[in-house]
Amino acid sequence: VTEQVHIALALERAGWHPAAWRAQTARPHELTSPVYWRDLLRTADDAGLVLATIEDALSLADRFEPTDGLRRDRVRGRLDAVLLASYLAPLTSRIGLVPTVTTAHPEPFHVATGIQTLDFASRGRAGVRLVAGASAAERANFGRRATGVDALPASGRVEDSPEIAAAFREAGEFADVLARLWDSWLDDAVIRDAESGRYVDADRVHNIDFEGEFFSVTGASIVPRSPQGRPLITVLAHQTVPYRLAAEHADLVFTTPHSADDVAAIRTEVNTAAAVLRSDGRERLRVFADLLVLIEDTADAARQAARRLDDLAGAELASDARIVIGTAGDVVDEIVALAGAGVDGIRLRPARQPADVAAIAEQVVPLARAAGVLRDAGQSGTAGSGTLRSRLQLSRPESRYAREKVAL
Amino acid sequence: VSLPRQIHLAAHFPGVNSTTVWTDPSAGSQIEFDSFAHFARNAERGLFDYVFLAEGLRLREHKGRVHELDVLGRPNTLSILAALAAITEHVGLVGTLNTTFNEPYELARQLSTLDLLSGGRAGWNAVTSSDAFHGANFRRGGYLDHADRYERAREFADLAKKLWDSWPEDAPRADAGSGVFLDEDVPTRVRHRGSQFDVDALFDVPRSPQGRPVIVQAGDSADGRGFGAEHAEVIFSLHTEFEAARAFYDDVKGKLPAWGRDEESLKILPAATFVLGDTEQEAQERSREIALAQVRPEVALTYVEQVWGRDLSGYDPDGPLPDVDPDTGSETARGWANRHAAVRARIAKLRELSDAEGLSIRDLVIRLTATHTFVGTPQRIAAEIDRYVQERATDGFTVVGHLTPHGLDEFTERVVPLLQERGSYRQSYEEGATLRDLLGLPAPRATRPLTTGPLTTVPFTTPSLATR
Repeated sequence: VTEQVHIALALERAGWHPAAWRAQTARPHELTSPVYWRDLLRTADDAGLVLATIEDALSLADRFEPTDGLRRDRVRGRLDAVLLASYLAPLTSRIGLVPTVTTAHPEPFHVATGIQTLDFASRGRAGVRLVAGASAAERANFGRRATGVDALPASGRVEDSPEIAAAFREAGEFADVLARLWDSWLDDAVIRDAESGRYVDADRVHNIDFEGEFFSVTGASIVPRSPQGRPLITVLAHQTVPYRLAAEHADLVFTTPHSADDVAAIRTEVNTAAAVLRSDGRERLRVFADLLVLIEDTADAARQAARRLDDLAGAELASDARIVIGTAGDVVDEIVALAGAGVDGIRLRPARQPADVAAIAEQVVPLARAAGVLRDAGQSGTAGSGTLRSRLQLSRPESRYAREKVAL
Repeated sequence: VSLPRQIHLAAHFPGVNSTTVWTDPSAGSQIEFDSFAHFARNAERGLFDYVFLAEGLRLREHKGRVHELDVLGRPNTLSILAALAAITEHVGLVGTLNTTFNEPYELARQLSTLDLLSGGRAGWNAVTSSDAFHGANFRRGGYLDHADRYERAREFADLAKKLWDSWPEDAPRADAGSGVFLDEDVPTRVRHRGSQFDVDALFDVPRSPQGRPVIVQAGDSADGRGFGAEHAEVIFSLHTEFEAARAFYDDVKGKLPAWGRDEESLKILPAATFVLGDTEQEAQERSREIALAQVRPEVALTYVEQVWGRDLSGYDPDGPLPDVDPDTGSETARGWANRHAAVRARIAKLRELSDAEGLSIRDLVIRLTATHTFVGTPQRIAAEIDRYVQERATDGFTVVGHLTPHGLDEFTERVVPLLQERGSYRQSYEEGATLRDLLGLPAPRATRPLTTGPLTTVPFTTPSLATR
């Protein structure tokens, strides 16, 4: 029996190759236009992809890039991802919408209500990808924090940098506050009881009274409980501290294995962290593997296209994720191998948008389906009724305050 | 023949207060997306200039619990406006957003994003707030004293304007041939050092269709009016009685020439409620019915409990005002806009009004909170609105219905055509018009980001209207 996986998409402006905007099929003048994003998301939605993440950062420069002497041959500028996802919600019907949010500067309260509103507007398809810490460029834009995430320490380990370790603790608090705010209204809080004149039952709305190391948030959300109860929390993780963040707070973790052995090691580490940190009764953390893909009809054509972009970029494509340059069949082979190694899903990072998004939709998805590797809720599920959680076989969580009430 | 002065209308989504009648069997959800979609589509059908949303920072409380009697719960303002951009084409999208509990860089990029996603239809009702009750939900935290909060608002908007002006209209170049995505020195670096913000910023959203959102303001103090005259493009006032409206209009618009602005560069759109009937008598009866639904007995008692700051649940809402003293030290009224009012003076005024007109508690509260601005036949209401505009008492109104989400449908269906017949309301949207175009406003004057001259200042307001 072939193991089945979900297929997700990671969207990043012109794509994940630094010279993607110079590809012939690119739309470099439209990267902040609504039409460009509508077209991309409709393609992905029609193909039945389970979710799309949207990259974001609060700076013109990339995360570990100096702001002085900013390279002029890279894509610069973008739309706010939460608002872009909100815009896309009414224009799509099945795909999960997972914008990126950094946890150092935004207000957890605004992010919580923004993602709940996305959950309402998408009828239960909202998620969020949390990114810990603030880069130097982001800190300069806000002027509020002296330290943050400038570069990994020499060891490469997060725990060896006090600043980055603190950023991950803050991200944990951030995730915790999101979940508490999302639970703060019980599902049945709105009673509309004309008899007593009460619109809500105050006993079913709970102040979260959160006091943490980095911030405190007192009240309940302004938004009633949303269709999924708790929208999906996701993180991208490459090492122990982020795995622990995911294990404690996330529903889904994106990882970057380069082999089946890597998958086994990651699963072991994630499971170990989860055994300690994941609260009782919480569903199993879903593990996705990222692949950066550049797809042409032949392997030669793909290599040529990649080389052309590499030449334009002045360097060979490099990525934290495994890179697949080849045919759709090559991509599906990789997916089958990762599925066999035990991941729940694959997140494909298109090297070029829209070209590789189209190739994923038109070629990879049908081939994966034919190979029996695609977990295809879109085919068998009831059209329109599926929330993102339900497509991932995650149940709708009951509010922690409902449980407390029972415990009393 | 010159056209009559043109009427501008904003559609205010019903708020979390007693104006919104949830006990009506036809009342819909305050939170489902369909409600907002219906509301925005109706506003677009009625050729409104914009839809207008308030902001939620914390749920209202009464006696230490969330307030149960009114509609409670609403969406995140920016997210719902972005979603509405996808299902509308012409109508403006204006949100109330606070300068105290946001950061300039982030809010500027969110508003630029909304303007890009909507094709130039974004507006910002800039408000300040400072109290610890709302602050408790935010990193920025509790209390800013009055002067600081205005200082922050001034710096905030100054900085936001510089960020919006830092990208030229023709960027990015995105020239695949030469490999230049962004020219050198684009965007202009924005350096700002003040008492509130110290940033060295490179803005990361390209220039939006309007350059910057339309700035709306709701301040009414002498200072507020002065700043409105200097910076606001729309003022959302509370002066709806004709003479008071005209006095406000004269006062604010009279200040414009001193800032090099003409009368049309600022639109005044007071909040207005309405009740329609086939006959005047029917409208009056309906107004009374709606007022009784808005001010149910328990709502009336809550109102006086807010003022008195103590439990008055033993009093008869149909009886006289409580004869007891207020508890001015009470926290009963947390989260309510009136908490800083001079309570005793206020009560004295209430007693005076009640005595003079022989009003019960409930009728007094109806008189104060549920007196509808326009009551009558569609013909009469259209004529009244037109009179306000032609006689320069307002430029139009910010209309709010009493039912979610369809409270303005009948306004669109029955009043708008009559305004059109009078020649003082648009027959259609102009294709590609921005919100600023709809409002007949001139393009904003650019800041000069790198000069060291005096800070440009901008409107800021108290949150009393917007958070109701």
